[in-house]
Amino acid sequence: MQESVCMELSDADLIAAVLRGDTASFEPLVAKYSPRVFATARRYARRESEVEDIVQEVWSKAFQKLSSFRGEAPFEHWLMRMAVRTCYDFLRKHQRSRESSFTDLTDPEHDWLEQFVRAPEAAREDSDAACQLVERLLAMLSPAARLVITLLEIEDRTVKEISALTGWSAALVKVRAFRARAEMRKCLRRIAQEKYL
Amino acid sequence: MNLTELQNKLLAAARQNPPDGQVPYAFEKRIMARLTAAPKPNEWLAWSRALWFGAAACVAVAVLTSVLPLQATEEEDDSFSEGVEQNILASMDDFESVQ
Repeated sequence: MQESVCMELSDADLIAAVLRGDTASFEPLVAKYSPRVFATARRYARRESEVEDIVQEVWSKAFQKLSSFRGEAPFEHWLMRMAVRTCYDFLRKHQRSRESSFTDLTDPEHDWLEQFVRAPEAAREDSDAACQLVERLLAMLSPAARLVITLLEIEDRTVKEISALTGWSAALVKVRAFRARAEMRKCLRRIAQEKYL
Repeated sequence: MNLTELQNKLLAAARQNPPDGQVPYAFEKRIMARLTAAPKPNEWLAWSRALWFGAAACVAVAVLTSVLPLQATEEEDDSFSEGVEQNILASMDDFESVQ
């Protein structure tokens, strides 16, 4: 009964209740927005345990900083800004060895590339191999490049939106996007040069 | 191989396969348990930490200000004794040359 009442309340009402000390009112917000936060975290982390860690951190930060939410923009925007910044921090903390080469590719990825070389239009974009390959490529990028490529090229966000999400200036987003595309081409060349270039 | 075309193709592949937003079972309960179990920030603790840091900095400054003058006087003593020694020996040299 209490849960259904909570579900009917607006985000602003729930936030006001949490700020008054009713911690339980935070739960409907977690239930409502967790799918968005999980989808965002899965763009940057591969292992499910890492994804859960990121989402937990996002919600912890959201709870601690809830008093700084002014209500001028929707709660979702405020939360997604926090999620993107937490993902960026995660990428910076977990910069693994990003070297990869053609010999590291799995057989399906190898076959997909072969297919692309023979007939580019025949290489299917919706295949698992293409997804694995792009995941490998993104993992090779620096954190800033990965973030900007994901937001700009994959999520089709505008420079202004990225600027709001990341806290970077519009000029910095453009510069980083330019560098990120160059970095991506360099990584692709590194993957392919052993056999095709 | 056309790298730009390959890059565009791979980005298109990423666009076509967005990650799912599946949430683990009872995730919100877990988050709430975590949030309610987390100790609330204690203002007094923060103050006492800041004061301890301040006290440590004050002790460091006090030690420095007491050690530095000691070193300076030691250096001054050395230069004074050397000066006396040189003057006495110089006069002895003069005395020997006159004799």
